[in-house]
Amino acid sequence: MTTVSDPTRTSAGVGVEKWLRMYRQMMAIRLFEENVNELYTRALMPGLAHLYIGEEAIAVGVCEALRPDDYVTSTHRGHGHCLAKGASPKLMFAELLGKEAGYCRGKGGSMHIADPATGNLGANAIVAGSVGIATGAALSAKTLKSGQVAVCFFGEGALGQGVLYECMNLAQLWKLPVIYVCENNMYTEYTHFSETTAGDIPARASAFGVRAETVDGQDVRAVHAVATDLADRARRGEGPAFLLCNTYRYRGHHVGDINREYYRSKKEEQQWLAESDPIKNFAEWLKSQKHADASTLGTIDSELRAEMDQAVKFAVGAPYPGADEVDQDVYA
Amino acid sequence: MPETGIREITFAEAVREALAEEMRRDSRVFIMGEDVAEAGTPFKVLSGLVEEFGTARVVDTPISEAGFTGVGVGAAMTGLRPVVDIMFGDFITLTMDQMANQAAKVHYMSGGKWKVPMVMRTTLGAARRSAAQHSQSLHAWFSHIPGLKVVLPATPYDAKGLLKSAIRDDNPVIFFEDKMSFKLKGPVPEAEYTIPLGVADIKRLGTDITLLGTSSMVQVALEAAVMLEQAGISAEVVDPRTTWPLDEHTLIESVKKTSRAIVIDEGYGRYGVAAEIAATIAEGAFHYLDGPVKRMGAMHVPIPFSPPLEDLTVPTGKTVFDTAMKLCGRS
Repeated sequence: MTTVSDPTRTSAGVGVEKWLRMYRQMMAIRLFEENVNELYTRALMPGLAHLYIGEEAIAVGVCEALRPDDYVTSTHRGHGHCLAKGASPKLMFAELLGKEAGYCRGKGGSMHIADPATGNLGANAIVAGSVGIATGAALSAKTLKSGQVAVCFFGEGALGQGVLYECMNLAQLWKLPVIYVCENNMYTEYTHFSETTAGDIPARASAFGVRAETVDGQDVRAVHAVATDLADRARRGEGPAFLLCNTYRYRGHHVGDINREYYRSKKEEQQWLAESDPIKNFAEWLKSQKHADASTLGTIDSELRAEMDQAVKFAVGAPYPGADEVDQDVYA
Repeated sequence: MPETGIREITFAEAVREALAEEMRRDSRVFIMGEDVAEAGTPFKVLSGLVEEFGTARVVDTPISEAGFTGVGVGAAMTGLRPVVDIMFGDFITLTMDQMANQAAKVHYMSGGKWKVPMVMRTTLGAARRSAAQHSQSLHAWFSHIPGLKVVLPATPYDAKGLLKSAIRDDNPVIFFEDKMSFKLKGPVPEAEYTIPLGVADIKRLGTDITLLGTSSMVQVALEAAVMLEQAGISAEVVDPRTTWPLDEHTLIESVKKTSRAIVIDEGYGRYGVAAEIAATIAEGAFHYLDGPVKRMGAMHVPIPFSPPLEDLTVPTGKTVFDTAMKLCGRS
């Protein structure tokens, strides 16, 4: 059942407006993350920052194939998923800085953005920690006949966790509307995935009878096409799917991971940047198809830059939670 | 409690009635676990439920405790109210990430936006000759984690009323049932009732010493109290019923009255529930105490298989009696 997605299966039913929206969403994530990098290096952001730069086509390609009320779960590298599902940069930055105005009143931070309004069940800092949650959300959708789909984003590091296979087995047994999206950015922290991953990745899913697909994670059109198919299929009651997206983490494991040559070469990084940047390549395609010219895209970029500047300003100026917040919401 | 409309039923029947009533009341409630449907669990606690509610609401799972507990967390967040069945309390080790890192933290980490109205039912208790991996009482582990509630019913009446409250609670609640108590009979009203979580129960009034027992150890404490009465010592037996929330007030007030206390809990004695309750009493009733607060729990050994060895590991009416006599200066 393992198939490599057909690169020609990319444009059916997608109009210019949608393409431009995808461009905007990808660029929003890129600029958001560049601001995170800046905030972190200026010591304005506490904790850790795991940047999604380079992987934008996956979050956007998948989330643009979903309904607003569909569920997603995310990871420690989760800003992209949250934004692609509709989160506001303002409330995201506020959360990243630990401010009360943030999505989680400052109590979750970068690795735990959650937002019921956009179907975001939460980013999770335990690798594969949200697999059960996403599968459970799919069980609710099926039981309550809501027509919703749940998408579980995780990196290839999660392939090492047994709970993933327990849940895929359950999802296939019960034909649950859940899509497991594996973002293989090639590095499990500081270790190449080939050192941690035996055998064929999609075959692990297809062994359960789960529909498995592989796609170029740098190609937003390809990701969107296959995600649309898988979401439609799940909504029709045809069961779960596993989508392997091959991609690359342009930056370090976290912002402080600067000297990376002990685990990957500069040459490799430069090659990915030069040949496989999802935003640059998509912009070229938009121009080649006359869907947009340089000035249209430039306008989007500058609008987003202004929005991000304002969002950062809001978050930096926002107050921290009061001391009385510390023991609120331990119990419902 | 009115005399009419009360029957004697077993602990297992009380649990089953609570589940059936809540499933009738609320279509979002469902049961998920290993051999819960036609088998009704190895202890037959759930017998008959699948016949009434069908396999969509009494759901057999593979042997994947982490997986289906995680599915329970997600289902609870999105509109259902799962009752997850973990066959033996020893198997909670396999669910720890789902409970301690996910279920317990979702509400807080999301700034109060998501809730996890889920119950995990599981067992505790030794003395079944089941050896070290089917005999432990690990309720202290969950009691340690903020965001979780832990219930330890000791009688059929408490089991029914507390389980109904646990199912209606909007938090993750772990409900530990003593395997040796499933056949214990006790009075249970026919009319509906619930028991709030966090309210201790005085199982027997007394004046000379307080025996604070949990779960399986409540019957042991009551047995010791009868023996103590024959020796002229009046023992009060107090059952916290939940380790969190903990009814500190009732425990402390009892000890202020009696001036002596033994805490008896089937978890391991070291770093356990008995230690926490003993510390609570020491802090709250220090100036009233005539002696140190004693702890009695499982011996600090893996539970052995051989019957004469296993029997040494758990407090009994006799060992509690002996400890109480010593504390009262009567040994």
